[in-house]
Amino acid sequence: MWNWFHKLASPPHFYRIASAFEPWLLWLAIACMLTGAYGGLVLAPADHVQGDGFRIIYVHVPAAFLSMFSYALMAVASGIGLIWRMKLAFSVAAATAPVGAAFTFLALVTGAIWGQPMWGSYWEWDPRLTSELILLFLFLGYIFLRQALAETRQADRASGILALVGVVNLPIIHYSVEWWNSIHQGPSLIKLEAPSITTDMLWPLLAMIIGYQLLFLAILMTSVRTQVLQREQNARWITEQLGTENIHG
Amino acid sequence: MLQAFQLVISRELQMAFRRWSDLALPVIFFMIVCMLFPLAVGQDQAILQKIGPGAIWVAALLATLLSLNTLYREDFDDGTLEQLALSTQPLTILLLAKTVAHWIVTELPLIAITPLLTLGFNLPAEGVYGLMLTLLAGTPALSLLGSVGAALTAGLHQASGLIALLLLPLTIPILIFGARAADLAASGQSIAGPLYLLGGLSVLALTLCPFATAAAVRVSLD
Amino acid sequence: MDTTSYSLEWQDLTLWRGERCLQQGLKGKLASGQAITLKGPNGCGKTTLLRTLCGLSQPETGKVLWQGKQIHKIRNKFHAHLAYSGHNNGLKRDLSTRENLRFAARLRGRHTNQNELLNGLRLTACADLPVRNLSAGQQRRASLALILGSGAEFWVLDEPFTNLDRSGCEWLARRCNDHLGMGGLLLTAGHQDSLLNPERETIIELAGAN
Repeated sequence: MWNWFHKLASPPHFYRIASAFEPWLLWLAIACMLTGAYGGLVLAPADHVQGDGFRIIYVHVPAAFLSMFSYALMAVASGIGLIWRMKLAFSVAAATAPVGAAFTFLALVTGAIWGQPMWGSYWEWDPRLTSELILLFLFLGYIFLRQALAETRQADRASGILALVGVVNLPIIHYSVEWWNSIHQGPSLIKLEAPSITTDMLWPLLAMIIGYQLLFLAILMTSVRTQVLQREQNARWITEQLGTENIHG
Repeated sequence: MLQAFQLVISRELQMAFRRWSDLALPVIFFMIVCMLFPLAVGQDQAILQKIGPGAIWVAALLATLLSLNTLYREDFDDGTLEQLALSTQPLTILLLAKTVAHWIVTELPLIAITPLLTLGFNLPAEGVYGLMLTLLAGTPALSLLGSVGAALTAGLHQASGLIALLLLPLTIPILIFGARAADLAASGQSIAGPLYLLGGLSVLALTLCPFATAAAVRVSLD
Repeated sequence: MDTTSYSLEWQDLTLWRGERCLQQGLKGKLASGQAITLKGPNGCGKTTLLRTLCGLSQPETGKVLWQGKQIHKIRNKFHAHLAYSGHNNGLKRDLSTRENLRFAARLRGRHTNQNELLNGLRLTACADLPVRNLSAGQQRRASLALILGSGAEFWVLDEPFTNLDRSGCEWLARRCNDHLGMGGLLLTAGHQDSLLNPERETIIELAGAN
């Protein structure tokens, strides 16, 4: 097990595995998302309160789920990188941040679009949307810190510390925002809740979540491979690897 | 170890009092930001009274942020930070001492001046007392978190705005609990609940942040 | 200073700066009474190597051993024997030389005779002025006073002769030779011709980065 872990962590090995898996992940993701989209947009019945408006959950919920997932992944990868000094883990963390930020942004936008018919305004200080907004800023802080530190090794470790501080803080932020909302909440507010859900609404959602997750992994693989190429640009295995690929291609 | 802690604090205080302009700057900034709110919102006493505690908390947060920029940058530039990192004492303790000194030099004057500023928002007397209590309980967490951010950006000259982006999202819980408790105090209710939460945050920050700061300083020096 | 002999050893060091590999497979040893001077063109990694050997920078690969133990595992013990002077002088500009020296000594838990030190460095006259009012050369001397007063066995000096006048250079070289004579270790980097005792000094030429 440990051996396998070490082998996976070696950049050339990871590069090969990622290159092999990536197309499969991408095709599976597309298949899942098409199935989910068909199920969600065509097969599922309209909600009796929200009408067709609820269908945006098929984008919103998976994006929101992934935004949290990617922050957690980023923090775990940073932690592994800091403790075991593993460069690949830092590559994963660095690659996760922009993807995570993009999904967070998507969750915010879809949340606002969904909010328009529900609340009559694009933005309400709903606790989940607020947390999501703060999460976006946390991602941006991470990305900007990396950008500011020119030295890769320093950027890795500094942004790793930031990610760990952030992940400890995240539950506290979430709780405080919930608490803040429960005090200041207006009297007649419809919350952004997934409507009471039936099976034919649920399975497309699950398909979408799985599809998004696979898409995320596929993007991550590409992004980590780019990171690896940048970091190891002088290593011999790169010229060998790319050399053979050029011959085949 | 305790001796080193005291030594660093006394040196920091000595330097702070030699450069009184640095000492006064956050306080003046704090006052100006507090003045901006009535100017922006209007002189409606009811509205000012309502936003007062929150506005003062936001101003305190921004004033702290302003002071944090120089917390480690100067030490980084003159080489004293690497001397601390190479000392025989644990870096965590030395940096904690610097953070405590920062709190004494920056936050205590802010808290001291708060009663004066509450006049502008027409806050009742018990509200003033409560507001000061919340600042007293919450600002240690602010300094401790801020010291992590300052350590991460110690070597970055071009990015002085970066620390705001790093820190402000992380300080949101402190702001929420602090402003809420101050709000309760202003309306004459018990502030025990949010005050305990604030104190809890400060204790949590005290146990975790010094280690993150020390790690961040070592990274910055690398 | 006690008479124990000390040694610093480094093995297979690889140093990187950014995306560039500066040095590869460096190894060496420094023992009591010896000096090593690093030379080489700008940007070849002299400062990085010095900082790595103090534990300020982490090497990409390889180990640095003090008395046979890795330095980051015995950090506080190692630091007790180490005095480092880098490009920045390590002095607070708002405090006087005397105050800076006193702080450094007390942080080490020592009491040094400041007057003797200040006399030797010809700093007595300006010892009570804030460091920022001193000239570059005087600041350099004050910074060296930190090293001389540290009581540490292992001195690491990055370009110590910069900004010093001729007599200052000679004085410093004399102090360094005394230090070596008493069993101290010395590691420096610099461009000048060496003034150190040639019997004790090893010069390492670092190749320029390619």
